[in-house]
Amino acid sequence: MATPLGKPSDKAVRPESPGPVRVAVKCGVCVVALLGFVVPATTFLARLASIRILPATQSVEELIRGSIMQRLKNIGGRIGHFGIVAAFAAFCAFPFYWMLITTFKQTNDLINVKNNPFLYNSPPTLENLRTLFIDTQYAQWLLNTLGVGVLVVLITLLLAVPAGYSLARLTGRWGQQLAIGIFLTYLIPPTILFIPFSRIISDLGLQDSLWSLVLVYPSFTVPFCTWLMMGFFKTVPRDIEEAAMIDGLTRFGAFLKVVVPISSAGILTVIIFTLTLVMQEFVYALTFITSSSQLTVSIGVPTFLVRGDVYFWGSLMGACLIVSIPIAILYNFFVDRFVAGFTVGAVK
Amino acid sequence: MATVETRSITKSFDGINAVDGINLLVKEGEFLVLLGPSGSGKSTLLRMIAGLEIPSAGEILIGDKVVTLLPPKSRNIAMVFQSYALYPHLTVYKNIAFPLEAQGMQSKVVKSKVEQAAAMFGIGRLLARKPRQLSGGERQRVALARAVVREPVVFLLDEPLSNLDAKLRTTARDELQQFQRRLGTTTIYVTHDQIEAMGLGDRIAVLNQGKLHQLGTPHEVYDDPADIFVATFIGSPPMNLVEEPPCTIGFRPEQFLPIECYGSRGDLVRFAFLVTRVEYLGADRLVYGTLTAHPEVKVISKLPTAVTVTVEKGERHEFAVPRKDLKRFDPGSGLKVSAK
Amino acid sequence: MATLQARSHLLKEEQSLGRWMLAPAVIYIAALVGFPFLLAIYYSLSDATVGSQVLHFVGFKNYQRIFENSTFWTSLRNALVFTLVSQLLVVILGKVLAMALYKDFRGKWVVRFLILLPWVAPISLGSIGWLWIFDPVYSVINWAGRASGVFGDNFWPIWLGQPDLAMASVIMVDVWRLLPLATVIILAGLSSIPQDIHDAAQVDGAGFWRHLTHINIPLVMPIMLVALLFGIVFTFTDMIVIYVLTRGGPYDTTQVIASYAYFTGIQGGDLAEGAAISLFLFPVLVAVAIFLLTLARRTEVT
Repeated sequence: MATPLGKPSDKAVRPESPGPVRVAVKCGVCVVALLGFVVPATTFLARLASIRILPATQSVEELIRGSIMQRLKNIGGRIGHFGIVAAFAAFCAFPFYWMLITTFKQTNDLINVKNNPFLYNSPPTLENLRTLFIDTQYAQWLLNTLGVGVLVVLITLLLAVPAGYSLARLTGRWGQQLAIGIFLTYLIPPTILFIPFSRIISDLGLQDSLWSLVLVYPSFTVPFCTWLMMGFFKTVPRDIEEAAMIDGLTRFGAFLKVVVPISSAGILTVIIFTLTLVMQEFVYALTFITSSSQLTVSIGVPTFLVRGDVYFWGSLMGACLIVSIPIAILYNFFVDRFVAGFTVGAVK
Repeated sequence: MATVETRSITKSFDGINAVDGINLLVKEGEFLVLLGPSGSGKSTLLRMIAGLEIPSAGEILIGDKVVTLLPPKSRNIAMVFQSYALYPHLTVYKNIAFPLEAQGMQSKVVKSKVEQAAAMFGIGRLLARKPRQLSGGERQRVALARAVVREPVVFLLDEPLSNLDAKLRTTARDELQQFQRRLGTTTIYVTHDQIEAMGLGDRIAVLNQGKLHQLGTPHEVYDDPADIFVATFIGSPPMNLVEEPPCTIGFRPEQFLPIECYGSRGDLVRFAFLVTRVEYLGADRLVYGTLTAHPEVKVISKLPTAVTVTVEKGERHEFAVPRKDLKRFDPGSGLKVSAK
Repeated sequence: MATLQARSHLLKEEQSLGRWMLAPAVIYIAALVGFPFLLAIYYSLSDATVGSQVLHFVGFKNYQRIFENSTFWTSLRNALVFTLVSQLLVVILGKVLAMALYKDFRGKWVVRFLILLPWVAPISLGSIGWLWIFDPVYSVINWAGRASGVFGDNFWPIWLGQPDLAMASVIMVDVWRLLPLATVIILAGLSSIPQDIHDAAQVDGAGFWRHLTHINIPLVMPIMLVALLFGIVFTFTDMIVIYVLTRGGPYDTTQVIASYAYFTGIQGGDLAEGAAISLFLFPVLVAVAIFLLTLARRTEVT
């Protein structure tokens, strides 16, 4: 088992399997500790909601009106709110911040236990990034991932867009049932399917080839994207299609020439979502592919950037960051639609 | 039961005054209507009285107590929203009981009060249902019952009839007024419908763009409008306005009749009228046309069926208005000018 | 008469068009999800290995072997603990954060960007970031704790090496990566409550606690259950976080069903046993899905 610098397994003592009571007690303690944060925070936020402390758009004059008590409450409320939001944002973003710092640190700086890791004790360097791109196949992995991504997007669009339209417009009652059925395929996750797939892929001769991924990935992108597109198509007014059909187009023609262009935002969402799913996928890639030149980023980085027992942390962090940030930026534009896709079924 | 007073109450959003320095005194037990078009600030004013918005300036007093910055629950008021705002996940019983339970009342007391309130509106048999199982009219009654059960000193109603079918609206209006008379609670009612306002209000406050234009009884507001806005907002079809320097004169369509109707009265102002269109509406006839003296101005006359004078399209006919019914307004400010 | 015929003809045409447009997707899903699933069941009842050319039916022998294997039970228990604890945390913290994000404030889009990062980054890469944060020698948490004096001189937690700590660390990473999704979903639910209801509750005199428990939470409950359902599915079936951080160690204290199935089936080569192990994911998922969806339907409000 590959271990990072210093061997943790030496320090671990083989325990007897802890009884369920002990496990429960430990969980309970942790939960209570966390509630010590959650309960005050929730109470505080609920108070914010019900007392009319208005948001940041409230003018300064209104903020300082009233008695001293009112003023204190208002300003205290604002500070507390900021505190809670900042705490969460810090928790979520810290690992990336840490990745950012580590990427540019010189290795001797990293290894020196005496150094303050938050400072650049030696000047920042691009050496790690250079190593990443020149000494590893990272660039190849990026290309692989992108290539697979593009192809999977195409397949997904070809399958999910017409299917979504059909479920939205053309299939009535049984279509609704089928739609739910399609969504429920998510209950059969890759971690069940990867075992039979490993045989199927090797029997098809696609072992160790990126094409295996292109074949298999749509199995989890198509269901959700069909659902997304169905929801999206339902919001297109029927009048527009009917006008097109009166103007001489067939139903399919109206679909191609009118509905699809109008739904470009939904299609874009599907594209982005599919791309992110491809970039994130791990289990199938781990199972099907072994040679280093055929890896995707998601697999290559954890398995190949480790040489024996030594991790090249600087390059490793850089590798993680380079992929994460662009996806994050892209994703932000489409979150709302994505969430609508998630919730459209349950909240009716 | 209490008075409600606002002193120079103002609310601005992004530099625009939604409510602009309004002074209002609602008498005890009065049914006051805040009337105005959308954007006039009437709902904002109501929400400030309720405590759901903080005024930018000015004071609000309920029963001589300054409540400007107090939260709604400290004001002893009840509110009925346009959408009724019933709690969708609670039964009708729980909805009505909610304010009482929030006060920590004992459940036995709560039960009797809820049943009383439900009986007042005839919804006793609906107590176990949820809002989504009720019709619009039933939901409205639940909202009213919830408001009544707290025995507040002021009722605030925000267009509670606008979500009802037109047919239901007249009966609902009637019931609403009866119930308010019975309870005698001070009531402030917001609407954009002038017929509702005229029918329900003891006094009407006419608002536009955040300012109070006139506060008066339906009679005063109709027969003696304070300015051009009030004159044209109230009355359907609206008052005819004609520029006759140095004033703008106004006369209501139902007072603008063929000269024959007025017989031999001496105090008439005559107009030469060219008829362009006649609409037969059953109970009335609407005659559209222009005055010869002012051919660019369109005026309307409203003839009840009792008036049998024939009026034809294309005809030139002499119409008249009694002098005392002719209003004068200053063209610059729009305010009324007293007759000399 | 003619129009009736024409209309039913058109209807049939549309229906057939509907089927044609739907067919490719359905066939693909059936072939790539349904078929392998059945194959997995078949494998679990056979003696398949990675290299074997012929398969023999062996009945429930694999299952018997698993039931006698204590590692399997450990994995099952770990998987349940892992899922329940992390999802409980995710839902509660997600609710708190959603409430904090409910009101508009300046710079909200920055906060939203930061908060979405854990969900958006590829799971394996985000986990590697935490691997570095949890490093036994260089952990920044330990450094900060030691430097600020919070950690005593003898207190140097090996986050991924000590049995209970390892589970806690893995749970923390899972919470970290699923919190954004839950928050965004719950926020959508919160925003769908009409402002009128909040106003009415204020006028009715509900204090902040009553408002929260009687109005806020009941109305958001269906959506919270959806977020919980997704979280449970993602967590219970996940092997990535564990593979990257601990490989199931130390000594199987963080081994879960999915990772155990991988190590047995692919690394170990015993496809049949791996398949049998992985199939234990399915009934739990189905049960959870049915339970939560029924609950959600029952608390449906509009």
